[in-house]
Amino acid sequence: MFYREAGQFKSSYAEDQQIFPIRQDRIGITALLLVVFVAVPLLGDQYWLSAIFTPLLIFALAALGLNILTGYAGQLSLGTAAFMAVGAFMAYNFMLRLPWLGVIPSFILAGLCAAAVGVVFGLPSLRIKGFYLAVATLACQFFVLWAIQRWGWITNYSASGVITAQKMVILGFPFDTPALKYLLTLSIVTLLALLAKNLMRSETGRAFMAVRDMDVAAEVIGIRMMHTKLLAFAISSFYCGVAGAMYAFCYLGTVEPEAFTLDLSFRVLFMIIIGGTGSILGSFIGAAFITLLPIFLNVMFGGISHLLGVEIPHAVISNLELIIFGALIIFFLIVEPHGLARLWQIAKEKLRLWPFPH
Amino acid sequence: MNVAFFFEVLIGGLLAGVMYSLVALGFVLIYKASGVFNFAQGAMVFFAALTFISLVERGLNFWLALVVTLAVMVVLGIAIEKVVLRPLVNQPPITLFMATIGLTFVLEGLSQLVWGSQPHGLELGIQDVPMEWLSQSTGINISQFDIFAAGVAGLLVAVLALFFQYTRIGRALRAVADDHQAALSVGIPLKHIWAIVWSVAGFVALVAGLMWGARNGVQYALTFIALKALPVLILGGFESVLGAIVGGLIIGASEKLAEVYIGPMVGGGIESWFAYVVALLFLLVRPQGLFGEKIIDRV
Amino acid sequence: MSARAHPVGEVVLSVENVSLSFGGVKALQGITFDVREHEVRAIIGPNGAGKSSMLNVINGVYHPQQGTIKLRGREFHDMNSHEAAKMGIARTFQNIALFKGMSVLDNIMTGRNLKMRCNFLQQALWIGPARREEMAHRRAVEEVIDFMEIQHIRKTPVGKLAYGLQKRVELARALAAEPTLLLLDEPMAGMNLEEKQDMCRFVLDVNDHFGTTIVLIEHDMGVVMDISDRVVVLDYGKKIGDGTPDQIRTNQAVIDAYLGVAH
Ligand SMILES: Nc1ncnc2c1ncn2[C@@H]1O[C@H](COP(=O)(O)OP(=O)(O)OP(=O)(O)O)[C@@H](O)[C@H]1O
Ligand SMILES: [Mg+2]
Repeated sequence: MFYREAGQFKSSYAEDQQIFPIRQDRIGITALLLVVFVAVPLLGDQYWLSAIFTPLLIFALAALGLNILTGYAGQLSLGTAAFMAVGAFMAYNFMLRLPWLGVIPSFILAGLCAAAVGVVFGLPSLRIKGFYLAVATLACQFFVLWAIQRWGWITNYSASGVITAQKMVILGFPFDTPALKYLLTLSIVTLLALLAKNLMRSETGRAFMAVRDMDVAAEVIGIRMMHTKLLAFAISSFYCGVAGAMYAFCYLGTVEPEAFTLDLSFRVLFMIIIGGTGSILGSFIGAAFITLLPIFLNVMFGGISHLLGVEIPHAVISNLELIIFGALIIFFLIVEPHGLARLWQIAKEKLRLWPFPH
Repeated sequence: MNVAFFFEVLIGGLLAGVMYSLVALGFVLIYKASGVFNFAQGAMVFFAALTFISLVERGLNFWLALVVTLAVMVVLGIAIEKVVLRPLVNQPPITLFMATIGLTFVLEGLSQLVWGSQPHGLELGIQDVPMEWLSQSTGINISQFDIFAAGVAGLLVAVLALFFQYTRIGRALRAVADDHQAALSVGIPLKHIWAIVWSVAGFVALVAGLMWGARNGVQYALTFIALKALPVLILGGFESVLGAIVGGLIIGASEKLAEVYIGPMVGGGIESWFAYVVALLFLLVRPQGLFGEKIIDRV
Repeated sequence: MSARAHPVGEVVLSVENVSLSFGGVKALQGITFDVREHEVRAIIGPNGAGKSSMLNVINGVYHPQQGTIKLRGREFHDMNSHEAAKMGIARTFQNIALFKGMSVLDNIMTGRNLKMRCNFLQQALWIGPARREEMAHRRAVEEVIDFMEIQHIRKTPVGKLAYGLQKRVELARALAAEPTLLLLDEPMAGMNLEEKQDMCRFVLDVNDHFGTTIVLIEHDMGVVMDISDRVVVLDYGKKIGDGTPDQIRTNQAVIDAYLGVAH
């Protein structure tokens, strides 16, 4: 069972342009899908499903959204949490005010609302670039949170701005257990990831990357700057919006506006840095890394305090976590600016040559 | 409209703007010399203020604590250059920016790990109360602390200007800002220059930390004031000291005026985003900022 | 150059009285010249003469303060890049402007973006039309790849290629758009002799096979005199000569300003 493409000849461009051109990869992804769709919900315990796997997938979707904008189209955004908030609160409103719509259409509409907000706050990208744009996206972050907190309509005039996600019933079937919520999340995320992959290997994806790499040349080739940038903002915010809706409905249940602060934006940004900018796979790896790291650290500190026989105060642990987080970011930027996805790719290249490097 | 009240708000806003400028100044120094957009400036402000107040509370004399904190900031600047900047030296600016976000987390965690996370009061001996003679003669209430802070900011800018004008290091720093190649010919290695400028930015952070700490208490929320300085930067330009000051004044004044006159119409609390919107609208009209020159990309 | 498949024809592009300045720098001052269908037109001049600026004005990267550009009967005061591309102008740059993070194949595929009709939803769903379109254009791009003899590097990220190859890929990207007017900014700069000869051959082949009109900036006099039909000479933003290679060779102003200085 070597990892090889020898003997697998491509007889058409269509075959050459498959998502997984190498057979072993296709086998691998099928196995992975079987595991996550069948084995995990059957065998995983409640805690792992609801507290780890589900949020992990939701973050992966948000990271994917940000990756489309920042990794592919090169427009640095610090407003991810705001787009997620729009998705979460608008999904709540659609479910509340148009109950006949159903869950999935509500999520889609919520995503579209996020996309609309994304386009509005993406407008400055037509005039400004780089850091200036990054700072401009902060405007979105602060404005959206403010609006949610001040405009009672959005939270249905709940006293503290806290909303409770409605029960999810799809085609008469309630999605109310951790396993079902996980499956719903997984299905949506898988589908959207596939769409993103298709988009990124088509003309739209190439236009995004062209704008990222060299905007003047892109324009000279005929790529429309305004259209491309705003489309990137729209698609990215759509993904983040749907992620936000699922964050509220499949994970948190009860949501306060403070769940969507700048910290969350940074968290998602870290995911794509660590996972790999401009990589769909990287969004997933990064989300897994950032979600699992605190759990790992907790276990580790638990072990250490057990060994030493002293209780490590919670504040110390959370500060250590901050430090480790920050240090890891710097570490990754220094060692592999293209993230874990690149390391994975390199490992695969090596494997291709192993054990005979010729 | 009550004219005295208007002026009170306006002057209060301008003076608050000076406080923003103080933070923005740190950003500009680093950006000019090393092209790095240092997101960690706010964390540095917090780190400096917390270190200082903790030393004072442990019985150190005010001036001694100031000197020790300054030394710590210099060590920090050198460490950042060695550990973070040097390995990333030829990376794109965005990478360096993200590294400084990582640095923000490290600094926030570190300061609270070492000094604890409870808030502290900071006393500089200047009360945050209106100046009585002014209130009595004109009916305008201006905090004497604000005036003091403005004075300190003015002094700081003057000191920096002298430093850049008349010291060898200062001149080298200016040379780097203009042209990295030329800087090499001044005879100071780039890495030293970076360490120095980060130390100077640490000093500016300390001053800003003292002012903000005295006004709002030394607490975690101090890290957020950096976010207030960002609109100042996009308005004034990342490279212009003058821009940082004028931008700060504009942001401070418009923010306070808006809070008083527009805020009630839309539900209040608009200071969290108003500055950003002002800066953005301004950029839409003039993308090169207040003092920037229009640049056409060469191809 | 005898018996060309596409003999030089009518004027397709004329630049009239164009002036461009950056702050105090007068990059172009009242430049007038024209380009005929199917010809190879060279622009030469010392460093900083305004050659690149001239190309940038023609395809709308720079916006002149004065003058007009007439392209196939349409008059523009101020060209816009997108419009220029739609009217069949493609371009390479003096400092290679490839998309560094993309493979050679993807770079060249971008050259065909204007010919793609499917919208992003169709592409995301990867349904019939989007898929067929992608394949059709892939085929066209493979032809360009064959033409430029870069089959062996099609999957390589362009950032990893040697300079000479990058220049070739950039020309391939421009060709993928099937331009009728090709602007080349120093396509042979920084190449060794062999690479230069290859590039010369490609440029002539393009002109010969497809009848593409070419405007070319080049410092190598040998090359210019060899392959161009007519030459414009710029110096300090002014036009100091215009004519066939033979006329330029004997033009005193040109000799003084340009050929006189060692290069
Ligand atoms: N985007 C720009 N901003 C400011 N000045 C510019 C810009 N582009 C060109 N210039 C100036 O215009 C003048 C002409 O430049 P241009 O690049 O057109 O010269 P060139 O003939 O192509 O020279 P070279 O042979 O060196 O490529 C130069 O003085 C240059 O500095
Ligand atoms: Mg040139």
